Amino acid sequence: MHGYRGKILRINLSDKTWKLEKLDHTEALKYIGGRGFGSKIMFDEVDPNIDAFDPANKVIIATGPMTGTPTPAGGRYMVVTKSPLTGTIASSNSGGYWGAEMKFAGYDMIILEGKSEKPVSIFIEDDKIEFRDAGHLWGKTTIETTNELMKEAPEKAKVLCIGPAGENLSKIAAVMNDLNRAAGRSGVGAVVGSKNLKAIVIKGSSKPTVADPDALKDVVKRGRAQIKENGVTGAGLPTYGTNVLVNIINEQGVFPTRNFQETYFDKAEEVSGETMSEQFLLKRESCFACPIACGRYTKADDIETGGPEYESVWAFSAACGVSDMKSAIKANFWANEMGLDTISAGVTVATAMELYEKGIIKDDELDGLGLKFGDGDSMVEWVKKLGRRDGELASKMAEGSYRLADAYGHPDLSMTVKKQELPAYDPRGIKGQGLQYATSNRGGCHVRGYLISPEILGLPEKLDRLEIKGKPGWVKIFQDLTAFIDSCGMCLFTSFALNADDYAEMFSAVTGEKHTAEDILKAGDRIWNLERIWNLKAGIDPSQDKLPKRLMEEPIPSGPSKGHLPRLPEMLPLYYQERGWDENGIPTPEKLKELGVPS
Amino acid sequence: MQIKVRLFATLREGRGKELIMDLEPGLNPQLVIDLLKIKRDEVAILLVNGMDGKFDQQLIDGDTVSIFPPVGGG
Repeated sequence: MHGYRGKILRINLSDKTWKLEKLDHTEALKYIGGRGFGSKIMFDEVDPNIDAFDPANKVIIATGPMTGTPTPAGGRYMVVTKSPLTGTIASSNSGGYWGAEMKFAGYDMIILEGKSEKPVSIFIEDDKIEFRDAGHLWGKTTIETTNELMKEAPEKAKVLCIGPAGENLSKIAAVMNDLNRAAGRSGVGAVVGSKNLKAIVIKGSSKPTVADPDALKDVVKRGRAQIKENGVTGAGLPTYGTNVLVNIINEQGVFPTRNFQETYFDKAEEVSGETMSEQFLLKRESCFACPIACGRYTKADDIETGGPEYESVWAFSAACGVSDMKSAIKANFWANEMGLDTISAGVTVATAMELYEKGIIKDDELDGLGLKFGDGDSMVEWVKKLGRRDGELASKMAEGSYRLADAYGHPDLSMTVKKQELPAYDPRGIKGQGLQYATSNRGGCHVRGYLISPEILGLPEKLDRLEIKGKPGWVKIFQDLTAFIDSCGMCLFTSFALNADDYAEMFSAVTGEKHTAEDILKAGDRIWNLERIWNLKAGIDPSQDKLPKRLMEEPIPSGPSKGHLPRLPEMLPLYYQERGWDENGIPTPEKLKELGVPS
Repeated sequence: MQIKVRLFATLREGRGKELIMDLEPGLNPQLVIDLLKIKRDEVAILLVNGMDGKFDQQLIDGDTVSIFPPVGGG
């Protein structure tokens, strides 16, 4: 078995026992690994209808066959579980070095079951597994936790942990690793918190084997050259980071501003990638085996921190009407410290700001803080309070934007899909991305299919962002390829420069299983359908394939994309057809049989 | 006619962020990049008034041309 380590570590937190299981190689190849194979284990073992915080819910920390290999940016791991935010299957993906280290320790997956009676940490050094009391860490921030754990950890061990938000079961809590990398979305950190697990410290000493080292060397050399030569991965991302998008998106009038009430932010330049590079950047950071190094390390007053990347800057600037980069950096820092998803946290504060602007949230609920759009200092404080559920309003915010707005009787003011906060691209002016948001298997999300690539950046070819013709087919292909890339353990950003043939060649060289581009797209299709079936069983029906009322019904009010609506009703039936589903959006028995997906 | 040119990322080096240019009526973005000594293959995204632009499209007074080199995604 190459690429894979062949071992699953199954940990029962209720009785502090663990056992090793052999990886089912056939099944692993079918679902690739990571997100795909993790979802299959959820399918086989977890009732989709349980409450996400039920001890019977499981947390699957999964790598892919490429994780920890020399493939470009092949260091990703995923956290797969039932989401407390959306009720869907969740798979949150993170970079850094933790995933590769887990592979070096000898594991493809760690399955966490049950619930510890008291806070606990797990120390793993190759085949040595140890449970340690984490009572002294409960309540500590992610940096404090990591620093404390490293005092008793082997040298160069890697730390994954939750912050106070996960402990407090905030439905927008993240799992953090390597200090500032996040498996951010869908509240996966809260599920870890519900199990009273504070951290996993891991150290490994052996690398996964690859089937054909010579072939891999060749294809990796070529792939790295493509990444270097590509304008996005070789120049744009290394120089400016992802935040270079601020101006690109804003210039086209699709930069959601003040909780998506507008789509052009007149202060965008002040929070742009160019401004960050000139005034706030200390250094670049990269993840395991990554030739791109899009990561930023910035300084604002006395805070020096990893990030923020584009989505986080947006969530803590335009979304909240804040034009001050220092506030965005500080809010990002505190979101990481609290272990919060930056997109969801920013959009939730933005929702609160709109509720306040409309007089729905009253002054006497603010604990002496401000809550006006544009108030950066208060935004930072709300992020801190939210993570700790400090106060009644902060506790409502910890439930995420939808439940916050719903608690005040105004769920339509929440800019969410399937209760997950939308990211930094207005779907009314980027039609394919809008369809992708609506059909994403984990709710509002840009990285289940990054249609921004063709619709804005022109990669692999330029599509008219305002046209709908052909978009359903593009969305399907992007979703399927992304499902494969996630599952194999490589970073999605490599796809700006690599194509399906390149991934197939790398996968074949690593695993020794000959795969073509068609094979890997089919694997992605299989994973997508499996997630869809799981969601249907969880009661997430196709009526939820939609965008928030504001975005469906209110045309963009001004700017270059003025007057546009998402045209979702025209595209959705065509998308279902592309997927081989029935007209109601249900995968047909024939389609499932063709893909070998259980129903 | 007067047009506004907005430059981004590395294209700002030695040129600035925003320029107002006085041009003969009917000229196009190709001329704009020629005047600014920007090569065609350095331009990844060309916008005219925030919409996808063409190098040979006729500009009119008051247009804003935004030019980006190959940059990134998030």
